[in-house]
Amino acid sequence: MSDWQVKYKSSLKDRGTEGILKLREGILLFVPNDPTSDSKLKVLTPNIKSQKYTKEGSKKPAWLNLSNKQGDSHIFEFQNYQDMHACRALITKALAKCEEEQPKKPAAVLTSAEQLSIADLELRFKVLRENIELQRLHKEFVETKVLTEDEFWATRKKLLGKDSIRKSKQQVGLKSMMVSGIKPSTDGRTNRVTFNLTSEIIFQIFAEKPAVRQAFINYVPSKMTEKDFWTKYFRAEYLYSTKNTAVAAAEAAEDEELAVFLKPDEILAQEARQKIRRVDPTLDMEADQGDDYTHLMDHGIQRDGTMDVVEPQNGQFRRSLLQDLNRHAAVVLEGRNIDVDSENTRSVAEALARVKQVSKADGETTKDANQERLARMSRLAEMEDLQAPQNFPLAPLSIKDPRDYFESQQGNVVNEPRGAGTLKRNVHEAYGSLKESILEIRTKGLRDPLIKPEVAFEVFRSLTQTISTAKNIIGKNPRESFLDRLPKSTRDEVLHHWTSIQELLKHFWSSYPITTTYLHTKVGKLKDAMSNSYSQLEAMKESVQSELRHQLSLLVRPMQQALDAAFQHYDADLQRRTAKSARGSAGEANGSV
Amino acid sequence: MASVASKLYSDDVSLLVLLLDTNPFFWDTTSTTFSQFLSHVLAFLNAVLGLNQLNQVVVIATGYSSCDYVYDSSLTSNVSSESRGTGGIPALFGSLLEKLEDFISRDAELSQGDEHVDRIASSLLSGSLSMALCYIQRIFRTGHLHPQPRILCLQGSPDGPEQYVAVMNSIFSAQRLMVPIDSCYIGTQNSAFLQQASYITGGVHHAPKQLGGLFQFLTTIFATDLHTRGFVQLPKPVGVDFRASCFCHKKTIDMGYVCSVCLSIFCEHHKKCSTCGSVFGQSKLDGANASSSVNDRKRKAPDS
Repeated sequence: MSDWQVKYKSSLKDRGTEGILKLREGILLFVPNDPTSDSKLKVLTPNIKSQKYTKEGSKKPAWLNLSNKQGDSHIFEFQNYQDMHACRALITKALAKCEEEQPKKPAAVLTSAEQLSIADLELRFKVLRENIELQRLHKEFVETKVLTEDEFWATRKKLLGKDSIRKSKQQVGLKSMMVSGIKPSTDGRTNRVTFNLTSEIIFQIFAEKPAVRQAFINYVPSKMTEKDFWTKYFRAEYLYSTKNTAVAAAEAAEDEELAVFLKPDEILAQEARQKIRRVDPTLDMEADQGDDYTHLMDHGIQRDGTMDVVEPQNGQFRRSLLQDLNRHAAVVLEGRNIDVDSENTRSVAEALARVKQVSKADGETTKDANQERLARMSRLAEMEDLQAPQNFPLAPLSIKDPRDYFESQQGNVVNEPRGAGTLKRNVHEAYGSLKESILEIRTKGLRDPLIKPEVAFEVFRSLTQTISTAKNIIGKNPRESFLDRLPKSTRDEVLHHWTSIQELLKHFWSSYPITTTYLHTKVGKLKDAMSNSYSQLEAMKESVQSELRHQLSLLVRPMQQALDAAFQHYDADLQRRTAKSARGSAGEANGSV
Repeated sequence: MASVASKLYSDDVSLLVLLLDTNPFFWDTTSTTFSQFLSHVLAFLNAVLGLNQLNQVVVIATGYSSCDYVYDSSLTSNVSSESRGTGGIPALFGSLLEKLEDFISRDAELSQGDEHVDRIASSLLSGSLSMALCYIQRIFRTGHLHPQPRILCLQGSPDGPEQYVAVMNSIFSAQRLMVPIDSCYIGTQNSAFLQQASYITGGVHHAPKQLGGLFQFLTTIFATDLHTRGFVQLPKPVGVDFRASCFCHKKTIDMGYVCSVCLSIFCEHHKKCSTCGSVFGQSKLDGANASSSVNDRKRKAPDS
């Protein structure tokens, strides 16, 4: 029922006016009991933004708080929690229905144990929309309360689960744009340089520059606040961009934290060196030498596009564009390997550091790995013509003789005489008579008359009879099925009955053995629905034309048999229960009949 | 019975490949003589050729030890100089009869060796089916314009289970080529092969009771071309005999063992499949190999 006796409060402190809350097609209507009061309320369901409610366990009364788009909130106090939950469920459903037309962010996630999120409901609606048959079943059973929503969907998790699994599996990659390198905005008037910092940029900075990450973990919050940290970092960036290495060197000498940002990244250099050590020695690493951080900074395009030659003592305060690009590319290719997406910079830094530790631990060369590398090196370095001949074990080729297949078919002919005469045939005789026949026909020609009229007539008659009787039994086409001959409505009905009976029987048989009253009521409802179906089948059989009736009853028989079996089982079980409870003494606690 | 309409120059032009049963052991045992039978058949062929100017007929004789082409209506050398055209024989068929006679003599020679073999007196249906399909395939390859082919099998001899595999292979090839195999069985027992062939390829199967009216049967049922069959009601059997014969003993069986790799059928338990060589493992049920059983189905229920 979509009408509830409620008290409407416009705010928590309000006493509340009693009235009736009605939920109709897209509209929520509150009519106060007192006709003179003017707190009549009409809310369109699309306008409802969110709903909050009080938990069942708390001592508070059952309140449902609806807030709409304009920001007002309406509080309804229900008489009991059941009503409130029912109302809430309906509102959720209605909301979900509206949301498929205008997608907006789903309302507050409901936290009750058996409630579904809006996304789930949306998914269910989508599945129902796409599958007409399922929709029909759903309408027939769930809306007539034979089955509950949960039961209906319990066996169809596959349909629901597919989409959601698909959505969550896809990982988002990293941007290939170097957001960490975007130039700041400068304000010439006030001489201020403004750097922008978002979590994406922070992530990139931590991923690409492990020294900065390490410094963050070390300094914040022990030595300086996060804000200070970033200020220093950006000061370093600014110094880089000014090409003024003297100033950079001076500031680095003063401020050791700043110096961390200005030095070349020691951690990265170490990683690169390790990687190089592990590379196969037969690989030509000449090109790679220029890429890593052990290279001397005497050529290359600088970060800001210039190509100046730098004095050696200030060389460390310059970075080359190639290095930065390569490092960024390496990070993007590695992908997003942590799932932390929080605003907390520290946790991001720590997560990244952890990941690096793990990969470092994996990569450490053990003794065995070293042995293997040496073995591989020696294998690659050997000279082919100086080797001894190697005899690898060969599997012999086995090509079968195709004649085996054909001959095996005739091989085992059993030499036993077949029924109907084991006459030793005389080959000569047989062929002789055949030849005579041919001679005869050559000399005498075709028979005249070829065929007697009575015989011909007889043939026609028998053929007609055969064909007409066969048509009644089989139909025009040997491959045409009986279903096609039924009128369309009957056919659809039969097919629908088939699926609905299957569904009912599935739930029926899964409820046995009956252990709780819930199952008991469920079985009762199912049985009623099944008897309904049974009588519908009978009615359908009567309604069909007489020549199709026999075939239809043959078609319908397995369904009826299945239903009969279910009924039998139900009756037997019921009898057993009544007998048991009748026999049981009065002290028996659970005589559930 | 899908019609390959796009390849025709006219809807009802047909190529009829007739497989004529010339098994002497069978003709020995029937009441109708071979000459009477032949006259019905020749008149029928004439009728088919008369239905459409572009119709073609090919006759393949199915002998006891061999098969051969005995007539092709598209060849121009049919009217031989020897045919006398006496006694009502259409001159067209003079060469047919000649070739048939030669064929029978050759067959007789080939059968000499099998003097006392206790084989079932079956003719080489598999051989003639294969020859028919080869001819049809050649026709297909001549281009787009060709008549619609079908095969008519006039058989009286019983089925030889040793030919089961070969016959089934031919039937599936015919199904692939979309060539219907009609069958007219004039013998006494049921022929499972022919029933299956017609069922699978979409042809017509009929077993006429009176051989005296064979011509009438042939012209009523088997002369219709494939296009016309769309709006003519032809008799169909109530059930199809789907029994197979086992691969080891060539006996017709109702229930047996099936290899799950190559689907070969055996009547008794084997350790190894003789066709594909796969070794059968021990199944849970008393050591029989894990497989299903072949059942005798009287009627294959169509899927709706």
